[in-house]
Amino acid sequence: MSDEKEKIYLFDRPENIERLLKGFYLICILLVLADFVIHRHIGFGWEEMPAFYALYGFAACVVLVVIAKKMRNVVMRKEDYYDE
Amino acid sequence: MSELSPFLLYFVAALLVAFTRGLPRQVILLATPVVTGLHLWLNIELGTTVTHAVMSYELITLRVDKLSLLFGYLFCIASFIAGIFSLHVKDTKQHVAGVMYAGSALGAVFAGDLITLFIFWELLAISSVFLIWARGTERALKAGMRYLVFQVLSGVLLLAGALVYFHDSGSLAFDHIGLEAGVAGWLIFIAFGIKSAFPFLHSWLTDGYPEATVTGTVFLSAFTTKVAVYALARGFAGEEILVYIGVTMACFPIFYAVIENDLRKVLAYSLINQVGFMVTGIGIGTALALNGAIAHAFSDVIFKGLLFMTMGAVLYRAGNINGSDLGGLYKSMPKTTVLCIIGALSISAFPLFSGFVSKSMVMTALMHEDYGYLWLFMLFASAGVFHHAGIKIPYFAFFAHDSGIRTEEAPRNMLIAMTIAAVLCIFIGTQPQYLYALLPWEVKYWPYDVTHVLAQLQLLFFSALAFVWLNKKGLYPPELPSVNLDMEWFYRKLMPVGAQQTVAFLRRAKMSALSVVTAPMQGVQTEFAKSSVAKYYLSESWPTGSMVFWISAILAAFLVLDAFG
Repeated sequence: MSDEKEKIYLFDRPENIERLLKGFYLICILLVLADFVIHRHIGFGWEEMPAFYALYGFAACVVLVVIAKKMRNVVMRKEDYYDE
Repeated sequence: MSELSPFLLYFVAALLVAFTRGLPRQVILLATPVVTGLHLWLNIELGTTVTHAVMSYELITLRVDKLSLLFGYLFCIASFIAGIFSLHVKDTKQHVAGVMYAGSALGAVFAGDLITLFIFWELLAISSVFLIWARGTERALKAGMRYLVFQVLSGVLLLAGALVYFHDSGSLAFDHIGLEAGVAGWLIFIAFGIKSAFPFLHSWLTDGYPEATVTGTVFLSAFTTKVAVYALARGFAGEEILVYIGVTMACFPIFYAVIENDLRKVLAYSLINQVGFMVTGIGIGTALALNGAIAHAFSDVIFKGLLFMTMGAVLYRAGNINGSDLGGLYKSMPKTTVLCIIGALSISAFPLFSGFVSKSMVMTALMHEDYGYLWLFMLFASAGVFHHAGIKIPYFAFFAHDSGIRTEEAPRNMLIAMTIAAVLCIFIGTQPQYLYALLPWEVKYWPYDVTHVLAQLQLLFFSALAFVWLNKKGLYPPELPSVNLDMEWFYRKLMPVGAQQTVAFLRRAKMSALSVVTAPMQGVQTEFAKSSVAKYYLSESWPTGSMVFWISAILAAFLVLDAFG
């Protein structure tokens, strides 16, 4: 089982990851542009903001991760914490 | 035939499973849900009730309406899929427990009165704990015990509530109860709340489920919480407090899910998050919201089952389920990877997958009832689901950095079970009309319009973009071998440590109290020894033996005097 023999897999090639990400960024851009073309029904006032959902989704996840990281300072313990 | 309670088929099957091995047992395991499902579909009619008079009580073991029937179908599908997934297991205990557990869930949703409900409520607890204990480790044994304490407590509260309810209203019927029923209402509400993993009452779930066996967790994820959701929908629809409880349930677990290392525990947290959407729907209480809650329970059992199956397959093959040790498994388990991604897309409510057609009903209902800020919180929770369950689970297990683990694809029975679940996720997502037709309330609702699809796609793609960005910047919290303190800290650490401290404190108190008494006495003795009187014979301390001797002598003298007196 030496490394040389092993097959090269899809994401072992950095250019494949690049391609995937480029496609992904393109979709993100198109989705925001779509907001200016397509008229969404509005339920709440704040939905009127262009790309509201995109901004909210991005901000929500950043906030989530930042708070969760901070939480580690308080709640994280060693794996065998309860076994002691 | 139309009056045969479906749970009976399962209980008979459990008995047969206990006494068979090999192929006959496998046939029974697969035939039971199929036969029961067909029985529900073909024989049982809406409106059927079967009552038994036990002493002066009327017990209703079968009450069929659209609500109970939908959960009946769901539990048959769930136990069929979980049955296939666990077909390779040789352990009799696990199979019997699995079938009993599914049967108890069916019994509970068709129960028409509170006493029958209580009986199945406790059977659910007792049968399911064996799926945790079957892991066989010390940890699992202890976690199972803690799980059981919570479950039995829930049952005790339900029974107490049922008796108070009977005393107050003279009825045991399990229909709308509501919190206006006073003490009885609250007791039953908390009993249901424990099983639906309300905040602060949830730790049995995140503590117990990750300790269960590979196949056990798949069963566990399907039944207990969904029976509780059913019970809340039946008994407490429209209680506004549930909206706030549900929003809390949807929001707080996602923070834990982001930093949790055990991927099955991540899914356990995400299970609470999904139940939060259902509880919110029940709290809103409009027809659309209730339908949404029920529909979401239906899709959740299937996609959450799928995700637990894929993580179970990883645990089975790689022997490990910690995000910090996994990665790159797409190379050895490509099929499991694809199936996991389908589950991830479904739970994230991607258009064309099952979560989308059910969760959007609850979101729309929140909007209709003008819960503006709560709607924002739920939107946050929706983005968060995608983040931890949709991206984190597949990413850290199958991609991320290559952990070097090379293993085999999941066994064939597991692949079949996962494929069935994945197909159902896509089927429900693309053809929601069939699920909608089963829903209990009459509502016209269609999830696919431009607004909805565009909004959801924006939300999800930009959540993913946040993940990519945070990862590239190195801001994403790495998976670390660790535990995170949650509610169980109170009874796993605070109470034991508190008890030890109390005992130690009492011991110290006793020592100091003793010294307070003995020190002056010793002081008196030493002072006395220094005095001039101390040199006389009688002032010395005598051995007990000589004292006994002299007392005996005095008694003897009395005896002699008495004899001659």
